[in-house]
Amino acid sequence: MRFAIPLVVFVLVAGFLYRGLALDPREVPSPLIGKPAPAFSLPTLANPDEQFSPDQMKGKVWLLNIWGTWCASCRIEHPLLVELARREQVDIVGLNYKDDTAQAKVWLRDLGDPYVITAVDESGRIGIDWGFYGAPETFVVDADGVVRHKHVGPVTPQALQETILPLVAKLQGRQS
Amino acid sequence: MIPELGHFALILALVVAVILSVVPMVGSFTGTTAWMALARPAAKVQMLLVTISYAILTHAFLVHDFSVSYVTNTSNLSLPLIYRISGVWGSHEGSLLLWMLILAGWTVSVSIFSRGVPLQMIARVLSVLGMISVGFLLFMLITSNPFDRMLPAPADGQSLNPLLQDFGLAIHPPMLYMGYVGFSVAFAFAVAALIGGRLDMAWARWMRPWTNIAWMFLTIGIALGSWWAYYELGWGGWWFWDPVENASFMPWLMGTALIHSLAATEKRGAFKAWTVLLAVCAFSLSLLGTFLVRSGVLTSVHAFATDPARGAFILAFLGVVVGSSLALYAWRAPQLRSNTSFSMQSRESGLLFNNVIMLAMCASVLLGTLYPLVLDALGIAKISVGVPYFNAVFLPLAIPLMLMVGVGALARWKKDNLVEILKRLRWAAVLSVVGGIALPFLMGRFTFGAALGIGLGLWVTLASLQGLFERLRHRNNKWVALRSIGAGFWGMTMAHIGIAVFSVGVSLTTIYSVEKDLRMAPGDSYDIAGYNFAFEGVRKAQGPNYRADEGVVEVTKGGEEVTVLAAQKRQYDIQMSIMTEAAIDAGFTRDLYVALGEKIGTDGSWSVRLYYKPFIRWIWLGSLLMGLGGVLAVCDRRYRRVSERLAQQTTDQPLEAKPT
Repeated sequence: MRFAIPLVVFVLVAGFLYRGLALDPREVPSPLIGKPAPAFSLPTLANPDEQFSPDQMKGKVWLLNIWGTWCASCRIEHPLLVELARREQVDIVGLNYKDDTAQAKVWLRDLGDPYVITAVDESGRIGIDWGFYGAPETFVVDADGVVRHKHVGPVTPQALQETILPLVAKLQGRQS
Repeated sequence: MIPELGHFALILALVVAVILSVVPMVGSFTGTTAWMALARPAAKVQMLLVTISYAILTHAFLVHDFSVSYVTNTSNLSLPLIYRISGVWGSHEGSLLLWMLILAGWTVSVSIFSRGVPLQMIARVLSVLGMISVGFLLFMLITSNPFDRMLPAPADGQSLNPLLQDFGLAIHPPMLYMGYVGFSVAFAFAVAALIGGRLDMAWARWMRPWTNIAWMFLTIGIALGSWWAYYELGWGGWWFWDPVENASFMPWLMGTALIHSLAATEKRGAFKAWTVLLAVCAFSLSLLGTFLVRSGVLTSVHAFATDPARGAFILAFLGVVVGSSLALYAWRAPQLRSNTSFSMQSRESGLLFNNVIMLAMCASVLLGTLYPLVLDALGIAKISVGVPYFNAVFLPLAIPLMLMVGVGALARWKKDNLVEILKRLRWAAVLSVVGGIALPFLMGRFTFGAALGIGLGLWVTLASLQGLFERLRHRNNKWVALRSIGAGFWGMTMAHIGIAVFSVGVSLTTIYSVEKDLRMAPGDSYDIAGYNFAFEGVRKAQGPNYRADEGVVEVTKGGEEVTVLAAQKRQYDIQMSIMTEAAIDAGFTRDLYVALGEKIGTDGSWSVRLYYKPFIRWIWLGSLLMGLGGVLAVCDRRYRRVSERLAQQTTDQPLEAKPT
């Protein structure tokens, strides 16, 4: 009988894997949720002498959007971000991730700049602290600087309407 | 037309694989020699067909045939020749074809280098390998055909991820696949033994070299991945506990357990059922790794373009392969009795101890990798498991393992006395403790972690050398004695010292690394760990197909020049993509690492990253020693001579299971 134990274990694991196929792994959230946003200080895209750090956004609900010109999905979500910025419901901070600064500037000039400010993380060092899977990713940070939500992959109209904007409204409501 | 030939060759390969997986297997039961003898030529024909297919895909890359959609997606006109060759496995479909090529290669190697193995056994082994081929060929033909057309053909392909245009990453996947797929040979031997219902020491002797070689490739493949991550990703890290890294680490742990348990099976006929189970598990975990990477069940930086249909296919395949072999195991393993006994204090116990630790490590990696998925599937919570978990689990397991490595290797088979062994090791123990306490001071400051790392490293090394010393001590002619030591022993000693080197590297790098992000103007300098980094400014440089800004940093120590590092930011002429090329002065005891960031302001200032990484090379050096140790052990004379003699004996005995 003990020789059948491996089989039983495997059947259990396979069952979970089968179930896992039907689930969306991108929903696995960041361990950061509910925790203070990891601090960093990075030069901004507009002016490398200026530094941006998450502390500067204290008191506001804001989105941190990770993007790069090398990332095809970022191009897909970009018009949506521009539209969101135009409505001025929430500040979006861009994090230009492992990218070339000159190309990033061209990108924002050509496609529109939805960001109140864009920080440059050329080395990708911040990515470890924040637990990026890759670009694009979008974090919702509340007025106290606590990470509330993470969206992996391009922001879709549906995610925006059903999850991100209601959450932002709720957090903004609590604040006022 | 040519790509269709490649597709057609794959279909023919599938037909041959089906024949290979059915005919010799049936023949092995009916005793039809001609049917069993079909296995060897079938393996060769399969190899030929897969090679043709692979060559045709490579050809499509070389001639820029953008009507093949895989080529369009992975290559473009400006891609240099070497990356067009390695681009063949740059994405999902092609990497599967490479996987298949390697599987066909292993199969054909087994068919060639197995003269001493009885026909019935080899027919079954090759047949099982054929079944695995059927699975992968079907997978490719149904869900991931690399020869799919894209008509009309675009004028140019998409740009290949610049990160993939790197030598280290070009050779990392083939090495890794050689390891993954290599375990299929051990798996096939295990299944063949289960089908026959018996296995003997000759069986272990046939299987051991194959397992060692596969393990060596896996070891080096993983080390290459780690090295690449270090110099190319620019994080200065060497391991990230990413699900895909874990996917390769689990078969490695299981394979390590397997090569140790095989030693006991070969030498003493012990742990037979256990060895078979490990062989099945090592390959199952390789398949599981494939599933995790390609199904999209887990997200990862490495993840291939994922597709639920592919995930479903691999899961079904995994279910068939692993489920049926474990069912076979549950049925047959009770017959694989090990009629040997050994005392608690013996080499067998030492090997068992190794196995327990390896399995515990493997289980914790599996748990850490799958736990988020399991919780999600149960609807309990959504979490992700990070580095702290793995560090917390691995350290308590690694310490007893390292304490026992040398001791276990010194123990005699069957029965020994632990107290006696420890007495022989008293000087090694004293030296390790003293060295462990004293040497960290050389690094500038004492930490307990460094003392532990160095002490354990010394202990493993000295205990391994003790084994060598004891083999020479009572011999008059040391030279003759040295030459009479088998390659197996040298391999083991080398691999164990590899562990010591590895662990010293890990602990010192982790504890003593210094990383600085600075804004430097020409003339600025900064001191790290006794090294003075003087930034001389940025100059223009011209490469064969790129222009670069080259930041020059002169490194001096105590006024003496150590090196001049030139870190580049390259702008490739045609692709217009920018790559950062870190400058690394690699050294035996430390790496100095400079990466050029962005230009800041107008006074010639740049952001510059400076790393001091002590002993980081030891991590890969240790891995290399482990891998080479594994190969060295294969060169042992007994695998050439004795296996044929033993095989002769085995054929005289009935191969079928006795009715029970």
